[in-house]
Amino acid sequence: MSTHTGGYYLPAASHWPVVGSFALLCAALGATLLIHDLSGGGWLLALGAAALLVMLVGWFGNVIRENQGGLYDARVDRSFRWGMSWFIFSEVMFFAAFFGALFYARVIAVPDLAGGEQVALLWPGYVGGWPTAGPGLEAAFTPMAAWGLPAINTLLLLSSGVTVTWAHWGLKRGRRGQLLLGLALTVALGVAFLGLQAYEYRHAYVDLGLTLGAGVYGATFFLLTGFHGLHVSIGALMLMVILGRALAGHFKPDNHFAFEAVSWYWHFVDVVWLLLFVFVYWL
Amino acid sequence: MDAHATTADPLASTHHGAPRGLARWLTTTNHKDIGTLYLWFAAVMFLVGGLMAMLIRVELFEPGLQVVQPGLFNQLTTMHGLIMIFGVIMPAFTGFANWQVPLMIGAPDMAFPRMNNWSFWLLPVAGALLIGSLFLPGGAVAGGWTMYPPLYLQGGISYDLTIFAIHIMGASSIMGAINIATTILNMRAPGMTLMKMPLFVWTWLITAYLLIAVMPVLAGAVTMLLTDRNFGTHFFDAAGGGDPVMFQHIFWFFGHPEVYILILPAFGIISSVIPTFARKPLFGYASMVYATASIAILSFIVWGHHMFTVGMPAAAQLFFMYATLLIAVPTGVKVFNWVATMWRGSMTFETAMLFAVAFVCLFTIGGFSGLVLAMAPVDIQLQDTYYVVAHFHYVLVTGALFSIYAGIYYWLPKWTGHMVDETLGRWHFWLSAISVNVLFFPMHFLGLAGMPRRIPDYALQFADFNRIASLGGFVFGASQILLLWVILKCIRGGRRAEAKAWEGAEGLEWTVPSPAPYHTFAQPPEVK
Amino acid sequence: MRMLPGLPSSIGFMLFSQAAAAEWRFNLPPPQTEIATRIHDIHTFILLVCLAIFVVVFGAMFWALFRHRKSVGHQAHHFHENTTVEVIWTVIPVLILVGMAWPATRLVLAQKDTADADLTVKVTGYQWKWEYDYLRDEVKFMSVLATPREQIDNRARKGPHYLLEVDEPLVVPVGRKVRLLLTANDVIHAWWVPELGVKQDAIPGFIRDTWFRAERPGVFRGQCAELCGVDHAFMPIVVEVRDEAGYQAWLDEKKSGMARAAADAERTFDAAELKARGEKVYAANCAACHQADGKGLPDIFPALAGAAIASGPAEAHIDLVLEGKAGTAMAAFKDQLNDADIAAVVTWERTAWGNQGSVTQPADVRARRK
Ligand code: HEA
Ligand code: HEA
Ligand code: HEC
Ligand code: CUA
Ligand SMILES: [Cu+2]
Repeated sequence: MSTHTGGYYLPAASHWPVVGSFALLCAALGATLLIHDLSGGGWLLALGAAALLVMLVGWFGNVIRENQGGLYDARVDRSFRWGMSWFIFSEVMFFAAFFGALFYARVIAVPDLAGGEQVALLWPGYVGGWPTAGPGLEAAFTPMAAWGLPAINTLLLLSSGVTVTWAHWGLKRGRRGQLLLGLALTVALGVAFLGLQAYEYRHAYVDLGLTLGAGVYGATFFLLTGFHGLHVSIGALMLMVILGRALAGHFKPDNHFAFEAVSWYWHFVDVVWLLLFVFVYWL
Repeated sequence: MDAHATTADPLASTHHGAPRGLARWLTTTNHKDIGTLYLWFAAVMFLVGGLMAMLIRVELFEPGLQVVQPGLFNQLTTMHGLIMIFGVIMPAFTGFANWQVPLMIGAPDMAFPRMNNWSFWLLPVAGALLIGSLFLPGGAVAGGWTMYPPLYLQGGISYDLTIFAIHIMGASSIMGAINIATTILNMRAPGMTLMKMPLFVWTWLITAYLLIAVMPVLAGAVTMLLTDRNFGTHFFDAAGGGDPVMFQHIFWFFGHPEVYILILPAFGIISSVIPTFARKPLFGYASMVYATASIAILSFIVWGHHMFTVGMPAAAQLFFMYATLLIAVPTGVKVFNWVATMWRGSMTFETAMLFAVAFVCLFTIGGFSGLVLAMAPVDIQLQDTYYVVAHFHYVLVTGALFSIYAGIYYWLPKWTGHMVDETLGRWHFWLSAISVNVLFFPMHFLGLAGMPRRIPDYALQFADFNRIASLGGFVFGASQILLLWVILKCIRGGRRAEAKAWEGAEGLEWTVPSPAPYHTFAQPPEVK
Repeated sequence: MRMLPGLPSSIGFMLFSQAAAAEWRFNLPPPQTEIATRIHDIHTFILLVCLAIFVVVFGAMFWALFRHRKSVGHQAHHFHENTTVEVIWTVIPVLILVGMAWPATRLVLAQKDTADADLTVKVTGYQWKWEYDYLRDEVKFMSVLATPREQIDNRARKGPHYLLEVDEPLVVPVGRKVRLLLTANDVIHAWWVPELGVKQDAIPGFIRDTWFRAERPGVFRGQCAELCGVDHAFMPIVVEVRDEAGYQAWLDEKKSGMARAAADAERTFDAAELKARGEKVYAANCAACHQADGKGLPDIFPALAGAAIASGPAEAHIDLVLEGKAGTAMAAFKDQLNDADIAAVVTWERTAWGNQGSVTQPADVRARRK
């Protein structure tokens, strides 16, 4: 039973949140078991992921139906905007932690290890510099060059930022063809990016000896690009959903926050990549 | 489900068809239900964390190993810290926010009622993973709530479970904070400008901002622990070019704002309670808002004061020392404003006010010991001693916890519709206020004399103060049963509370009946 | 803080009439270095400042609590702003803080000045013992808790230095600037002696330095001040400050001890000798985890009594002790113990608690060193 109060739509009781909690419980237990090679871990993790998927589909399905039913007024729309903005801010801070680690390692930890008493007493012969596998590992690796695949990837993501904006213009002006084409192109560019990224990881492991275990360079490299890749995947999925909804004719020139939220997210992922390109690959 | 029902009186339509029993609590989207859930969750966790503290105090009652062996002792200390911070104080404040923020700003509910439910129901999951790990082979995490590597890298399965628990709990906090911030920014009744909001709402807005800014950083930090433990990365290992101290930087970049997350809502509660019982408006409203904001901003640049002994350069030590000292200024403004609010008022001392007054006085003691710790050269002697334990229990127990008590006594009439049993409340207050000082004040002396923290056994010279502290602890712990009694009694009956339960109370929450109806402000009130 | 020094002590006196172990102490221990003295003084100074503020602020508050209450008929005055006082009580604290920060700044700079040391000792933290390495004199030894297990388990009367005593203290000359280079082998530890005014974390893979100059001879005690695992409470620090001659004598004796130990590694021992020595090494280095009875702690530290490794080939056993087991609490002991000690402890583990393994000699250990 839902209530319509003072214009602000308040949803009725919903079972989706507890389904989500159950999903995360299974996922956390499953992942732990899996890490420790205990039986049932994989299954539990899969169950958790499936439950999460069901929950997302159900929950967002609800939201979409409510929206299509005309239950959301301008104030609800504003709530969504605030909510999405705060969410992206939290994502920024999540990446900040890993960028912080990268800068700390480069500017403080590695020079420190290569200087003063550290070299004299603990790590004789260590010269530091960046990239490095650190003073105590035997791992030899080649760093990832910036001006090959990563540059192409930069181009892909930047153009996808353009296409999604172009699609948005189409939406605002009621040009359905432009909207659909723009979205489809954006999805395609995102998927191409992911494909190249996967290829690059393979290349790193197979040819360059650059692995998660390759010292602090490998660790920051893979976690930063890995979490970015994860976000691109999520973004691409969301774009596909939006594309589907656009096909179903959900969006109107003056009411399409879901589209905007996804495009904000996509631009955020873009910006993170630019920082990655500069600080992880290039400098 | 008739999505188009635009009933004139939404209150009439709500219970019809709504789930009952357990299903109601599992699926509720009502901010009052969810607030209640948060508060009871905090109460249960308080019992668990408190019992761990009691075991710690039993072991420390005298030198030698008696009931708790060192391995278990470290687990108890760690879990006690984690549970009290993430399971008690934070959920309790979120519970207050859920109940009070919509009432105080004239909103019909929270901005995202379904997500609100999820924020809560993630907590029991995180709590279960955390507490459940006590029963796994090797026991729970034992590296302190600060989780420093490389020690954290040595542990077993429960260490990974705890990392996931922290992820989940962080997701819960972030969603809760987004919800509260959005509610405050977007759901205010017409005329409720930002500078008319009750201070509690202001403090929560700023707290929400802090939460959204730093919880993801904690998530990042523990993720690096996870990959260092299991996937061969070397973030915190010098051999791979990493640095164990890097974890401390990231952790405390979260950790110091976190301690203000634990105190800013307390400032908000106290700023509601004192004017009510002084029958006088809050002194210096605007400066209170600016002080809160300054504390929040400064809190991002002081984290190094937890790391004065890691061996940072003198310039860094000095920077962090100065920045930390600065925080005393806005905090002082708050203390002075509270005193000025009481000054020439017409005061009465209901239990809520007693706790508020005790808060002002005892929190300041905690603040002063914080200042002593902030002096980098002195902290060299005090870091990781019981002096620190004394400091943070003054700000956390007689600070955060006492403000929660004050808030409970203050708003219970609004929540239950019954007045609190003031006689029992006074007993609870006096027993708590006296025993808590017997419990924590001697810890200052222990720290100064050289007793390290996180030890299950100690040298003979520390025996006397430890014994006193333990005795104080037992009395304090037992006194909290009184609180439970007061609350249950108040729920079940008592003198009926009027809409405006306290003579001097001001604010929208006192314009709705007591107990507050299931749905309030369906039609937004007009604020002048 | 010692705002009410009398109160806790009188409560304490009422509660415990039996003889207190030590006199009541409300401040930092008596300082023995210039730095410690200055810390002590700054602390006292801040304490007094805070006390003064406390008295003023809460004097006012309690005045209000008694005078401005409803029950005495006081009417509320409805003022709620006054820019002048608000500016005053923002500015005054700033000035006070500047006054506090000034001496502290000077002290930080003094604490950090490790130049021109007379003696440099490298200190390495291990779970749960300290290693002292006198870099110039090639003297190096471990320092381990000396309090017997019986006292900790309440089976024997606790001695006066319960938990604050070690087998081999750090010995330094009086009046000399001693520079310590701290590092750790496994987890973070912190080297702390309150009376010397020194505390410094020991971080694995990094060197951090600090210094002290003791003003008079004596024995000063401290503890590890960073949680480092189960036995964090049991890794004390003892510093013995001697006059110049005493220090030299100690140093000479240590040097000849080192020479003797080196010779040991070349020698072949008889089994009884090895076992006796091994028992001691075991108690000092291994019992914390694997327990004195060799039974370990279930699920945390494996039992060695009856362990397959203790009756299997000695090489595997020696390797494990030399190299440790990466990713677990089992550390590599190759840098901590010499060949004779390792041979002894392995022999002890292979023959104690009913184990039926072989005897190993220092030469066997040397052969396994990489
Ligand atoms: C609610 C939580 C809370 C709060 C509010 C604070 C507030 C402060 N804390 Fe505290 N702190 C903790 C929780 C908190 N702390 C915890 C949990 C730890 C330990 C973590 C761990 O290691 O496990 C810790 C540890 C800690 C340390 C590290 C100690 C160490 O490990 O060596 C330091 C050092 O600077 C410090 C300082 C301060 C300061 C300066 C304040 C200031 O904000 C206080 C300001 C208040 C006042 C000063 C009083 C009122 C002011 C006046 C009346 C004005 C006039 C005053 C003057 C001009 C002097 N704290
Ligand atoms: C808000 C946080 C909080 C709170 C409330 C407390 C409360 C208490 N703490 Fe806490 N403590 C911490 C946060 C907190 N602590 C942290 C962060 C650490 C550091 C951990 C670390 O080193 O990693 C710590 C560490 C710590 C130590 C140091 C351990 C060590 O270093 O080895 C000690 C030792 O005495 C101690 C004691 C106590 C005691 C006796 C209480 C008592 O106040 C508890 C009394 C309460 C009870 C006994 C429960 C009674 C409840 C009921 C009867 C139910 C009531 C029901 C309702 C309220 C509805 N604590
Ligand atoms: C910090 C705790 C700790 C200390 C101190 C310690 N050990 Fe261990 N030890 C362990 C742990 C943990 C393991 C299990 C490693 C694993 O997971 O395989 C272990 C395993 C062993 C094993 C192999 C047991 C088996 O069944 O496989 C031997 C032998 C051993 N230790 C000998 C020693 C000796 C000899 C010493 C002292 C010189 C010592 N240990 C000190 C923690 C410790
Ligand atoms: Cu070493 Cu604590
Ligand atoms: Cu802090």
